[in-house]
Amino acid sequence: MANTGAGAGIGEVLVRLEKKEQSTQRRALGWTIEKLLLAFRSSIVIIAFMVLWEVAPRLGWTNATFLPPLSEVLSTWWSLLLSGDLAEHMEVSLVRSIGGFALALVVSVPLGLAIGWWKSVAQYLNPLLELFRNTAVLALLPVFIMLLGLGETSKIAIIFYACVFPLLLNTISGVRNVDPLLIRSARSMGLSPVQLFRKVVLPASVPTIFVGIRQAGSASILVLVAAEMAGAKSGLGYFIQYTQFSFQITEMYAGIITISIFGVILNYALVTLEKKLTAWKQVSN
Amino acid sequence: MSIDSAKISIQQVNKSFRVRRRPGDLKGSSQSVKALDHINLDVKPGEFMVIVGPSGCGKSTLLDLLAGLTTPTSGQILLDGKPITGPNLDRGIVFQQYALFPWKTALANVEFGLETKGVPRKERRAIAQEYIELVGLAGFEHRYPHELSGGMKQRIAIARSLAYDPEVLLMDEPFAALDAQTRESLQSELLRIWEATKKTIIFITHGIEEAVYLGQRVAVMTSRPGRIKEVIEVPFEARTSEEDLRAHPDFVRLRHQIWDLLKDEVKLAQEQEKDRSLQSGTGKISGKGAATHG
Ligand SMILES: Nc1ncnc2c1ncn2[C@@H]1O[C@H](COP(=O)(O)OP(=O)(O)OP(=O)(O)O)[C@@H](O)[C@H]1O
Ligand SMILES: [Mg+2]
Repeated sequence: MANTGAGAGIGEVLVRLEKKEQSTQRRALGWTIEKLLLAFRSSIVIIAFMVLWEVAPRLGWTNATFLPPLSEVLSTWWSLLLSGDLAEHMEVSLVRSIGGFALALVVSVPLGLAIGWWKSVAQYLNPLLELFRNTAVLALLPVFIMLLGLGETSKIAIIFYACVFPLLLNTISGVRNVDPLLIRSARSMGLSPVQLFRKVVLPASVPTIFVGIRQAGSASILVLVAAEMAGAKSGLGYFIQYTQFSFQITEMYAGIITISIFGVILNYALVTLEKKLTAWKQVSN
Repeated sequence: MSIDSAKISIQQVNKSFRVRRRPGDLKGSSQSVKALDHINLDVKPGEFMVIVGPSGCGKSTLLDLLAGLTTPTSGQILLDGKPITGPNLDRGIVFQQYALFPWKTALANVEFGLETKGVPRKERRAIAQEYIELVGLAGFEHRYPHELSGGMKQRIAIARSLAYDPEVLLMDEPFAALDAQTRESLQSELLRIWEATKKTIIFITHGIEEAVYLGQRVAVMTSRPGRIKEVIEVPFEARTSEEDLRAHPDFVRLRHQIWDLLKDEVKLAQEQEKDRSLQSGTGKISGKGAATHG
């Protein structure tokens, strides 16, 4: 039985090899077409959405006052960008969200590593951390404003707060869920606890820490906008709120587009970094 | 054999674990479970010793003790006449599940122990390369573990353990997760490596055929609490050169002899397993033993 199995296996390999040869011949031609097809597939729906946004107000399907055609929004966005009005708000928002995010990263990851490493500490702290995490951050916005005022401190503080928990909890679980077999294997090679932590626990928990980093990234933008809408004199959230109140609807959409571009760029950057750092992981598809 | 000439001497070793009486029972009512009972065994320098026993009889527990990852409840284990106090690079372990570091390439995995040993980078690389060639994986140095087959992973794991030049190689069912063909080729390769490196090897297995094929001596263990039931000599000379060893009448006879020693223990182990029906896992050896026998 084993022999027939092996025979079938070899046969299959040969067939595969043949197919591969054929495909290499066609590859030169097929390659560009394939790439075009891929680009088409990944952008077609977005293009359709943009067309719909353009056409719907023009044909009167929607009220053009509340939803101006995309081209108008984009040209407003462009002139706002050139005039520097938008840049100012962008800068303020960027500083706030990146500041809060970076601060949370610097605090949470080392703290999470320590908590995860000392198991007893984790056991005591986990319930409290769960409680904090499950309290919607925005519910605490008034508290932050009350305690820290309307200035930059309260903005950065609440973004910091929103980023701390996903980072902390994922770091802890990353450390705690390192495959015990890897630890046994490393210990059998005589690693000291410090070496064990640095050479095994840390690299093994990187993927889980990154889950936290991505969660924190999206949390930082959400909370940024909310905080700027709730009380601020600058920033993209404030810009969107302000333009809506003063009925500059095209400008408002320009602000929204800026936020979404910001979000996409941030996510893309984090995913790229993650791919780079966890290239060793099995690609799941 | 006198104790002085032994590479490893296991003397009157007992090991008990404290376990909760019922899973989920948080109150202090714990119970002591005896895993190993008065184990005595001497292993000669350069010897290939195989240990077989039914599932749950304490084989891995014994290996952990030898590795220094845990300490015996009583008794002692001597390495070159000195008690084992903890893990050290003078012993290398190969696990069933490979235990390769997934974020390191094959080469970096093999270098790992050397790094701990403080071997300089350049030298480290050369040694690792040498052992990768020894296990027949030249050309795969820069692959990550997930890009290797099970057999290749186990070869890398073996290379990793050999690279830092331990005196004793401890292997816990290293080939159990591999398919039959891969297992057989790794078995003969291990014999070749053993002859080339002259390491003392302690090899744990479920497979009776594997035990007779590899071991110079085979220690048969009882069901839990594990004791050494009998140690059987396997008197084949120059086993690597012998072509059709598995069909040799002595081979068949030894296989029967070990199976006779084991079958009652397997039955007992299965009953123990049934008693703790909450626990998962079944008497693995019964299936394999029966297959070998029939
Ligand atoms: N850390 C532990 N705590 C409590 N009990 C343990 C522990 N480790 C092992 N045991 C128990 O000791 C006994 C022996 O376990 P061990 O893993 O050594 O068996 P084994 O012979 O290696 O089994 P297998 O062939 O299935 O790998 C088992 O009954 C097991 O439940
Ligand atoms: Mg075991």
